[in-house]
Amino acid sequence: MSSRLAGSGRRIDRSKKIEFSFNGRRMSGFEGDTLASALLANDQMLMGRSFKYHRPRGVVASGAEEPNALMGLGKDARFEPNQRATTQELFDGLEAESQNHWPSLEFDVGAINNSLSRFLPAGFYYKTFMGPRAFWKHVYEPIIRRSAGLGKAPKDRDADPYEHLYAHADLLVVGGGLAGLTAALEAGRLGVQVLLLEQGALWGGRAPVDGGEVAGQPVAAHIADLVAELEGLSNVTMRLRCMGAGVYDHGYVLGYERLTDHLSEKTGPRHRLWRIRARQVLVATGAIERPISFAGNDIPGVMLAGAMRDYLSDYGVSVGDRIVVVTNNDDAYRTAIAQKEAGLSVAAVIDARLAGGGALAQLAREAGIRVETGRAIAHVNGKKRVTGVAICSQAGSGAVLEEIACDAVAMSGGWSPAVHLWSHCGGKLSWDSERAMFRPDPDRAPTGADGLPFVATAGSASGALSLSEVLKDGRYAARTVVDRLGLSMPEATAPEVWEVEEIPMAPIWTMPEGATYKLRSKSWLDFQNDVKVSDVQLAAAEGFESVEHAKRYTTLGMATDQGKLSNINGLAVLSQELNVTIPEVGTTTFRPPYTPISMGSIAGEARDEGFQPLRKTPMYDWHEANGAFFEPVGHWRRPYCYPKAGESHADAVLREITAVRERVGLLDASTLGKLIVRGPDAGKFLDLIYTNMMSTLKPGRCRYGLVCDENGFLMDDGVVARLDEHSFLVHTTTGGAEHVHAHMEEWLQTEWWDLKVHVVNVTEQYAQIAVVGPQARQLLEVLGTPGISAEELPFMAWADRLVGGIPCRIYRISFSGELSYELSVPAGQGLALWTELMAAGHGFDAVPYGTEALHVLRAEKGFIMIGDETDGTIIPQDLGLNWAISKKKEDFIGKRGQMRSHFQDPDRWKLVGLETVDGSVIEDGAYILDDGQNDKGQRNMQGRITSTYYSPTLKRGIAMALLKKGPERMDEVVQVTKLAGGSVSAKVVDPVFYDKAGEKQNV
Amino acid sequence: MLLLECPNCGVIAEETEFHGGGEAHLKRFGPGSSDQDFEGYLFQRENPRGVHFERWRHVTGCGKWFHAARDTVTLEVFGTYSAQTVEPPEDLLETIRAKRPGFKWRDIA
Amino acid sequence: MSDVTGPAPVSALNGAVFDGYVRIAEAPMRGMITLRGDLSSSMMRNGATKVTGCDMPGQRQISLGEDRVIAWMSPDELLVGMPLSETAEALETLAGTFTDPAFSAVDVTHARAAFTLTGEDALVREVLAKLAPVDMSPEAFPEGSFRRTRLAQVPAAFWMPEPGRAELVCFRSVAGYVFSILSDAAREDGIVGLYA
Repeated sequence: MSSRLAGSGRRIDRSKKIEFSFNGRRMSGFEGDTLASALLANDQMLMGRSFKYHRPRGVVASGAEEPNALMGLGKDARFEPNQRATTQELFDGLEAESQNHWPSLEFDVGAINNSLSRFLPAGFYYKTFMGPRAFWKHVYEPIIRRSAGLGKAPKDRDADPYEHLYAHADLLVVGGGLAGLTAALEAGRLGVQVLLLEQGALWGGRAPVDGGEVAGQPVAAHIADLVAELEGLSNVTMRLRCMGAGVYDHGYVLGYERLTDHLSEKTGPRHRLWRIRARQVLVATGAIERPISFAGNDIPGVMLAGAMRDYLSDYGVSVGDRIVVVTNNDDAYRTAIAQKEAGLSVAAVIDARLAGGGALAQLAREAGIRVETGRAIAHVNGKKRVTGVAICSQAGSGAVLEEIACDAVAMSGGWSPAVHLWSHCGGKLSWDSERAMFRPDPDRAPTGADGLPFVATAGSASGALSLSEVLKDGRYAARTVVDRLGLSMPEATAPEVWEVEEIPMAPIWTMPEGATYKLRSKSWLDFQNDVKVSDVQLAAAEGFESVEHAKRYTTLGMATDQGKLSNINGLAVLSQELNVTIPEVGTTTFRPPYTPISMGSIAGEARDEGFQPLRKTPMYDWHEANGAFFEPVGHWRRPYCYPKAGESHADAVLREITAVRERVGLLDASTLGKLIVRGPDAGKFLDLIYTNMMSTLKPGRCRYGLVCDENGFLMDDGVVARLDEHSFLVHTTTGGAEHVHAHMEEWLQTEWWDLKVHVVNVTEQYAQIAVVGPQARQLLEVLGTPGISAEELPFMAWADRLVGGIPCRIYRISFSGELSYELSVPAGQGLALWTELMAAGHGFDAVPYGTEALHVLRAEKGFIMIGDETDGTIIPQDLGLNWAISKKKEDFIGKRGQMRSHFQDPDRWKLVGLETVDGSVIEDGAYILDDGQNDKGQRNMQGRITSTYYSPTLKRGIAMALLKKGPERMDEVVQVTKLAGGSVSAKVVDPVFYDKAGEKQNV
Repeated sequence: MLLLECPNCGVIAEETEFHGGGEAHLKRFGPGSSDQDFEGYLFQRENPRGVHFERWRHVTGCGKWFHAARDTVTLEVFGTYSAQTVEPPEDLLETIRAKRPGFKWRDIA
Repeated sequence: MSDVTGPAPVSALNGAVFDGYVRIAEAPMRGMITLRGDLSSSMMRNGATKVTGCDMPGQRQISLGEDRVIAWMSPDELLVGMPLSETAEALETLAGTFTDPAFSAVDVTHARAAFTLTGEDALVREVLAKLAPVDMSPEAFPEGSFRRTRLAQVPAAFWMPEPGRAELVCFRSVAGYVFSILSDAAREDGIVGLYA
């Protein structure tokens, strides 16, 4: 059984007991425990069920590489699935549940898949869910959906806040182990701005677990000295619980800081995403131990040798009373020795190397530990817990020599440098055949904006595995990055190190060498995705020879741990099958993040109010207080209508339209884009921007104009007012302000930079209010507005006037066909003007009206709306706007584009009005039917609806449509589709439904 | 995510402050141009593996356009320069020639 | 149109305040005028300095006077700031100075919202660093620096007139959004200690 030992455990504080629960069972641990160490201390070895076969699984590692011990943590608004028990710090009240089983962890019906495993080979999904097509929706998809994923998705809205932080550093060191600390200090002493991140809760990494001495003192004391000195340097910033998640182009690095995941009281941001720009990045992320593939290597109780040592040394937790160690290297002997020193029993060390180990093996023997060389594990006994192992010759096919009883197995296939961050941005690896590992190739580092290397590695991440090597490499790496920063590091002698030397490992990945199929089909490579040695062999046999193909076919390395344990072993098996070397097989691509990061941290401040900038006009609060129903228009929120109590939106819209046509209405038009275009060449420039002539416009007058892109497509429209000889005020659509501004700037800066013109966006400088309707003039006169008669301020003119004592600029322009004054005031006075107008409008029964009434009013007049009648493929000629296209001008943007042959096609769909024969309203987005079918058997179409409304003015449905040869087909009756099937008859009419002569707006 | 130096305001900023504007040094063909010239102007673009000249706008910064010479494979930025020019400056071309001997982009080499 | 006639203008958020580990306050309205033209010309220099009494700023700098500023916006643009009540007069002065139509002075007073961030210098810098991709360390962003950038999802500009105080300007329509994200960044329990 696993249990807590008396005394030891450097990370835990035995005076601070912590209560937590697992699957509803109350348990206790100590401060400093991880969830995994506390569960082990409570003899909870079984921690989850595997993904595919639902096999019982225990914890196998002690850090971020853990594939098995994934838990659902917390509840309700703080529930999160798939959290690694090995990196979750214990806190009072922590609630954890295991995953992927039903009805319980101990008894799981899904484990039937285990018995069916030979029917679930690699590529099972690809082979099974092939056809027939009809099965996809109702058979296959539900099956796949049900079996997909490990944990349950949270259902509640996340209770925690998250944030981003932009940080800059000369040197970013990722990893606060011995190498990272050493390098950070060397650079820090030179005054380099250093940011040092460590994903765990303590500085120093694993070095103290493995012993040795530096400068005559234990490693732990040396680390304490390094940390103390670093903490005293003002140019060094240190963060614990902050993982380097990914390295990106040009020195961009994401750091993932977990602020409250280890606390009972959760206040403040839960995670902070550090968006770091570093001139140099030092990757000191250590190494990850590799499992060995033998039959039953996934049975709970089989664990990485280093992890077993960590649990002993860090948490005082014994994983088993009597263990077997199986290894291809010297390092694993440390676990046997530590176990023995803790007063526990070591049944045997099974060293696959024929010649056995070096000095550490000798020490083990001296401690009375039985050591077998050239031996292997044939298979592990036990189901939910190891009960023993069967021993065989490594060279054979698995004939059992002896059975040894034990309750845990420590395995070690050697160590792989954690090269992920080195590789994210293109750092290349080279194969070290002596150490049987991929290690960073310092000559092929990722390069930055200047084309020079910006990443280096230090310590075990470089492939340095012993204490002395790590210290040496830490200093060497510091020198490398300091050089690149243009500084130089003084020569100094490295501190003296005492350690036990190791002899080389043997590249043994599977055991025994000639394992039978039966054994290979129980030898796991990828624990999380349930990929076995036999699966990779099958993939290779079926022709998936590229490592990227084999990965996808078998799903090896595709789980949430991204193959941290399985990668090298999988490559090794593939290389053996293909009879090529491991470097010839190559690695799959390392992609960020290093371990999964929360969605909340990615969103940062972009939630709730901060989710998206909402743009509000100066009168927004009035609209809200007066019951406006808002609609989004770009990022703006505009009143759609102002429903009264008990009134539907549709009724409100009809009421507002009628009020405007019969009396007077007020529209908040502040969102309209307003650009000042000024300069000696302003007229000339606008002649290039607009399709019609603007340079001839007289000061004091307004003109409607069209803006096209170079393709000739209609981009935006609006009214241009000439302010003086050199200045124009250009109105754009609400959505077009930034776009048209950018369009103008682009042409001015990149094509016609000789033109002397400035464009200033004053959209938000002014609140704009449209006073619209037959009584609009009277309303303004009530407020004592002078000079607004038809003579003094005619249609399409503008003038500055005092309205109720407020200085306004009044444009006599109309988007409704009614008498209309658009009043412009500085935004800070917008609300005051609006309030005055509403008060004055009381006597006229004036109403505020929203965007939907605006749309219907303009449609009744046949005015086009950018985005309704246009979609980026429509030229003005399609909309009957030829009158607004100058024939005199030699050039304007879009002129050449409109001359292309396709646009001259007489069959183009062109704008018409439609009136249904029965007066009903045509559906949005409907099509106009044509005879016959196309080659796909679909009904032919000859046009489509661009706008459709019920017109309260005409008391019938009206629509605007683009119809083939439309303007030539007046009075023809066409058939328009209905969603429910069938069609509705509609007569082709002029798109101007109301006041064709334009008398009402020009009074 | 790229870092670019805006030659107009001198700031070195991350890509999120900028907006890419496609290929640099396009010659505009307007009314009177042949179909072939107009097609080339509007639609034909370089897609090099290596040295590329492109346009950027410092959207949330000074609002100005500029040109950048960049390697599309390594993402190395050889330099940025004024938008008010029809060809890259000679000293920048010298730099690129030294770093990428034999490079060719349209008729620039 | 003059800004000072008619009802007293109101700012976007009526002076909203949030007290976190940094105080976020909507600043009272100030006069702001965009000047466009050749920055090296005497006409520009005369116009800008006449209405502010400040020196011409260098690239990405702000020149600070008692209650007036000149900020360098782009190679052909300055922003001059003054007390609200003096805006109309300044516009008039500029209209008189900018006799060449290749120079423009445009009132943008109402198009902007302004915020003041006050607190411990390191913390004020840190709050901005949570939202803008800018190195806010005192070495990289000394007094007199002026930065136009991205604040989360909107454009903004800011400067630090003195230690422990930052001034920030954004578009008026997004004042609510900016106030909200600044307040969120300055929440009492969110101190990082980045520049400590």
